[in-house]
Amino acid sequence: MSLPKKFDVIVVGAGHAGCEAALAAARMGCETLLFNINLDSIALMSCNPAIGGLAKAQLVKEIDALGGEMAKIADKTACHFRLLNSSKGPAVQSSRVQCDKQLYRLAMKEVVEREKHLYIRQALVERLVVEDGVVKGVTDNTGFYYEGNTVIITAGTFLNGLVHVGVSRQSAGRAGEIASIGLAENLKELGFEMGRMKTGTPPRLRASSIDFSNLERQDSDPDPTPFSYTTKTLREERLPSYFTATTAATHKIIRENIMQSPLYSGAIKGVSARYCPSLEDKVMRFEDKGHHPVVLEFEGLETEEIYSKGLGNSLPLELQEKLVQSVPGLEEAEIMRNAYAIEYDFVQPTELKQTFETKLITGLYLAGQTNGTSGYEEAAAQGMWAGINAACAVQKREPFILDRSEAYMGVLVDDLVTRGVDEPYRMFTSRAEYRLILREDNATMRLMGKGHELGLIPDDDYRDLKEKVRQVEAGINNLSSHKIYPVTETNEILEKMKTAPIKNPVTLYQLLKRTEVAYDGLKVFDGWEEIKDRDIKRQVEIEAKYEGYIKRQKEAVEKFRSLEEKKIPPGIDYCEIPSLSSELQKKLTAVCPASFGQAQRIPGMTQAALTAVLIHAKKMELESKNASGEN
Amino acid sequence: MQEKTIAAIATPEGKGGIGIIRVSGPQAEEICRALFRPKKGNVPLETHRLCHGEIVSPETKTVLDEVLAVFMKAPHSYTGEDTLEIHCHGGPFILKNVLGEVIKTGARPAEPGEFTKRAFLNNRLDLSQAEAVMELIEAQSPRGLEFALSHLRGDLSAKTRSLRESLIEILAHLETSIDFGEDDAEPLNIKELTEKIGHVIRDIQGILSTYSEGKIHREGVSAVITGKPNVGKSSLMNRLLGEKRVIVTTEPGTTRDFIEETVSIQGLPVTFVDTAGIRDTREEIESEGIALVWEKAEAADVVIILLDGSEDLTKEDREIIDRNRGRTIALVVNKSDLPQKLTADSLRKRIPEVEPLWISAKYGEGIPEMKEKIHSLVVRENGGNNPDIIVTDLRHKTALEGALAKCIAAGEGISGGFSPELPSLEIREALDHLGEILGVTTTEEVLDSIFSRFCIGK
Repeated sequence: MSLPKKFDVIVVGAGHAGCEAALAAARMGCETLLFNINLDSIALMSCNPAIGGLAKAQLVKEIDALGGEMAKIADKTACHFRLLNSSKGPAVQSSRVQCDKQLYRLAMKEVVEREKHLYIRQALVERLVVEDGVVKGVTDNTGFYYEGNTVIITAGTFLNGLVHVGVSRQSAGRAGEIASIGLAENLKELGFEMGRMKTGTPPRLRASSIDFSNLERQDSDPDPTPFSYTTKTLREERLPSYFTATTAATHKIIRENIMQSPLYSGAIKGVSARYCPSLEDKVMRFEDKGHHPVVLEFEGLETEEIYSKGLGNSLPLELQEKLVQSVPGLEEAEIMRNAYAIEYDFVQPTELKQTFETKLITGLYLAGQTNGTSGYEEAAAQGMWAGINAACAVQKREPFILDRSEAYMGVLVDDLVTRGVDEPYRMFTSRAEYRLILREDNATMRLMGKGHELGLIPDDDYRDLKEKVRQVEAGINNLSSHKIYPVTETNEILEKMKTAPIKNPVTLYQLLKRTEVAYDGLKVFDGWEEIKDRDIKRQVEIEAKYEGYIKRQKEAVEKFRSLEEKKIPPGIDYCEIPSLSSELQKKLTAVCPASFGQAQRIPGMTQAALTAVLIHAKKMELESKNASGEN
Repeated sequence: MQEKTIAAIATPEGKGGIGIIRVSGPQAEEICRALFRPKKGNVPLETHRLCHGEIVSPETKTVLDEVLAVFMKAPHSYTGEDTLEIHCHGGPFILKNVLGEVIKTGARPAEPGEFTKRAFLNNRLDLSQAEAVMELIEAQSPRGLEFALSHLRGDLSAKTRSLRESLIEILAHLETSIDFGEDDAEPLNIKELTEKIGHVIRDIQGILSTYSEGKIHREGVSAVITGKPNVGKSSLMNRLLGEKRVIVTTEPGTTRDFIEETVSIQGLPVTFVDTAGIRDTREEIESEGIALVWEKAEAADVVIILLDGSEDLTKEDREIIDRNRGRTIALVVNKSDLPQKLTADSLRKRIPEVEPLWISAKYGEGIPEMKEKIHSLVVRENGGNNPDIIVTDLRHKTALEGALAKCIAAGEGISGGFSPELPSLEIREALDHLGEILGVTTTEEVLDSIFSRFCIGK
């Protein structure tokens, strides 16, 4: 049996990746079908209640600049706002919000339900239908067939999910939901290189059982900047967070019972992320630390559930209770949902092209945690990337690729398909070579044009952006064209501004470079013009203060581009290059890099090996020229 | 693809009649204009035309060598790029000196085989030649290269590796503070990091100071010829210069002024200083001249003590020997053509630490040996400070200098309380420079360093 309709794009899994994928494809005009095992868990925040954070916020802003949804939903449902690294430079500042999880899920559900061209279906997809290496559709667990030109799998932790609590092991995609076993087996059968990862989530505690009175409280920042350029107002309600920490007693419980943790008993084989260790790992690996921080975050406005960041573990329930209650403020705390670890299958992302289409099967795309990543933001960014590229493929448009110098998204995708993963991949600013130009504050300027080209950004919005860019340039030009001179009067003003006097004439723009000088501080000088839009004002300031560094990064980008533009001819046989080690031959064959730049980033690649590839490619070119000359 | 301009000495190493420096890339013409001064007129270099002129250091305005230069406009050159060839006098020091200026003016030292590689990539070679290039490249596989160079620069690699680890550690601190923010990471310990980067800076400076021929090939060395009157100083000078320039008479005390002339010894520019004869004198002008000789000797890289082999040691000879003890001395006995009174044994009693050699300035005997001696004295002196690590390769020196500049900037950023992403950029660039010696640093290494050091995470 099958639906009479044939879809352009089928998305399997409606989490953070799946929703962005389906929305992008549908908005680009593709008939799109979005599956979830349970429609009540569309866009569920399965772990913490936060969106954004360091480096992740850059991804959220980029999704927004391309016309995605995550930023808008986060703004709509956020009750706690923070600008992280506010004491550091703008390039490494990131917004982080805490949302009402239920509102978040419902808001996203509403958006996908109301989207034209988008069909939503509750079903458990079990198999891919593939003919001659081309995907034709999927079947569900009842054998029902859905026909589609392209399929995007965004299965999160559901592929062969196995939940661990002490010695107990339950097959589940997430606590309380069924795992996707058939699909995992099917991917293996199709020949994908797969591995196993482990992640976990801390216990949820009941707010009324917690004594907050002695805990340090952190309130939301006043006057936050929204994630989405479209957001005009934010909700009024605010929820605080509280800080506490583990104690010697907590650590004793863990040390004495460590063999009851499936992480240490050997029951868990999946790889966990070093940046997100469970409490067992923190206690065992950093013995000299007497305390580990715990943050208590509200999961929503209308719920008692508190997310206890820092208490993630996979110990048996009786120990979880003791462990929680050994923490100051939590002496009487009730656990509402226990902590657990979950193992799941992922597909090694070197199986993917830069578009996220698999190299094995035409029309099949993978995104999100299925590619060995972690985090809502990383998932959403990948989902959008896959959705756009599936739509481009259906519509016979050029693939949509951003490179490492254009977006964090480009860094994310390039890292995955070039290097593969050996632990759940999370975005860090240190992964982005050009982070001084890839800021959250300039995401719209970097990417909105591309979003507009794809048809995901409305004309009006793009026109507004161009006007904004113009105003930033005008602001810079204006300051650059007004000079002040080293006369007593001027230097007295500078002294009052608490900045050094000048010895030579300088432009106002040069003056703005000084750390202690703000745009509005220049008001006292002739030629200063008021800028009302604080975004524009901030752009002028950042451009001035970072100018030298931005110039250096732009030069580095040019160098980088020259290697990216040097394409490696398809069909190159790396085994024919004798000077390459067999390990490198294997890696190059597996990754099949598109450019010399990408080849250079393959782990273990050397300059000599790259030269050998370069020479071989040139030789191929000459040979084919010679051959065609003879014909 | 815009390539950087590369430069290298294109002729085999060692003493040759002529040595060629080849410069290839978009900046070749600019470099030519900056360094080459034609003998006749200011005509800009025509393509494929050999021009006579001088290489002049833009900084010091000194003439480095008299050369023939030819500029070849792309694509009609070996590499297919704009190419400049400078035909110098063949000594390795002159060549290194000129190459050094070319690098300062914007080129980068070429990798082995890089000219051929460019020629190939610019369609200047056919397929059969390409095969030969493949073999060349294969012969330079990292293992072969490592092996060949290991005994030469094993210690440099080890030292560079430890510098690199120190930088990665500093970077890990900066990146932790960035990527885990105020909530999760401990604040930066500015004092500790400033000290750490200071260590790295001093280490790099230390290594760079071993760039053995560095100082002497940039500045040359001076050799002061001292001796009692009429011992043959001016004759020796003339012999060294190859033509009679200094008045030679048998009237003692003729040379009052200093006569300085630079002579190339195996490419090493040696400035010989002919001095007044040392003797007890009451003549005012002459005694002033003698006082200056002592000063000159003190500042010299080498003091040549010239003795007269046909006479016994005099009071003046003994005074000259004693006042120059501890300096770098060449003990030269002149007049070997006459019957000898001085013997090696008798001299050894007087000055055991120096082996004397015999010459005849008049007939030119022993002069090549004396030059050899002076060369080896200077090169040994300069290369011998730190036998563990010696930077000999210009590419390594360039890389270390690049790293040093970035480390200094990083140090200023850290101690100046800059936001950590700024010193981080400097350190990453310093690591890129060291990477030219050792291989590239990856983000993964930095993350590994973070996770092995800090307890991070929710």
